[in-house]
Amino acid sequence: MSRKRKVLAVASGGGHWVQLRRIVPAFDGHDLSYVTINPNYRADVPNGRVFIVRDSTRWDRLGMAVLALQILWILVRIRPDVVVSTGAAPGCLAIILGRFLGCRTVWLDSIANVDEMSMSGRLVQRYSQLWLTQWSHLAAENGPEYAGRVF
Amino acid sequence: MIFVTVGAQMSFDRLIGWVDDWAESVGRDDLVAQIGPSDYVPQRLKVLPFLTPPEFRSRIAEADFVIAHAGMGSIIEALELATPIVVVPRLGSLGETRNDHQVATARRLTEEGLVLSAQSPEELAEQLAIVGTGGFRAHISDHAQTPLLNRLRGFAEA
Repeated sequence: MSRKRKVLAVASGGGHWVQLRRIVPAFDGHDLSYVTINPNYRADVPNGRVFIVRDSTRWDRLGMAVLALQILWILVRIRPDVVVSTGAAPGCLAIILGRFLGCRTVWLDSIANVDEMSMSGRLVQRYSQLWLTQWSHLAAENGPEYAGRVF
Repeated sequence: MIFVTVGAQMSFDRLIGWVDDWAESVGRDDLVAQIGPSDYVPQRLKVLPFLTPPEFRSRIAEADFVIAHAGMGSIIEALELATPIVVVPRLGSLGETRNDHQVATARRLTEEGLVLSAQSPEELAEQLAIVGTGGFRAHISDHAQTPLLNRLRGFAEA
């Protein structure tokens, strides 16, 4: 096996978190940490460190500022090789800040976005080295790549 | 038992009202519901407080079937546990979510035979009749599709 990578897996709540849970087997054997918004989710991932951050939306400026500082602190502490996210706001910030810190970044747009990439997804396109959709009909050159779905 | 959920983030009183009326019309009183941040007081549905993820999962596992908004959290949990699920999409035009993405999700997943869906009280009653007689079942494995896992692993190890 190749060198162990530090992977930071980031998702807000509900469907974003459930989808993240279904892709983390991809990183078995690597050093996985999580960022999410609800301490109750710790029970879902008994084998990883879980950081809890404030949930926010784009429309809540103070919330986004606090969240950005929390994410930045986690990135500086963990120094991940790879940041992967299924959305939404915490994932956006982790991808953007992670990119500035030299992490390799993956955005997996939610399977809920059947007709177009999400707003969050479009926002992080230029910061995502791997930019994935879960719908093959959305895949395009210079657009998102399709590699499969969470189910 | 029938488990009704609209997720934890936003209310969806239109669905709760439809289900409450349906329960009244068929005389069922074994429905429990997670109604989100809402003051709605249903007649037939027993409203549950906030559920932790393990509690949420055990409700789905115990249920004959699930009635839910077309949110991926509810849909994926039900499919993992092989509990049939009937979904009603939230509408952006009614302020139930920001846009109509749930309509597209519900349509696609219905075409794929993974969920049943409805967009009116009448359609909902029809779909609940199908699911109530055991005429629908779907199941997914506990992880993402292998090509996606391989792509992610390859990227991380590159």
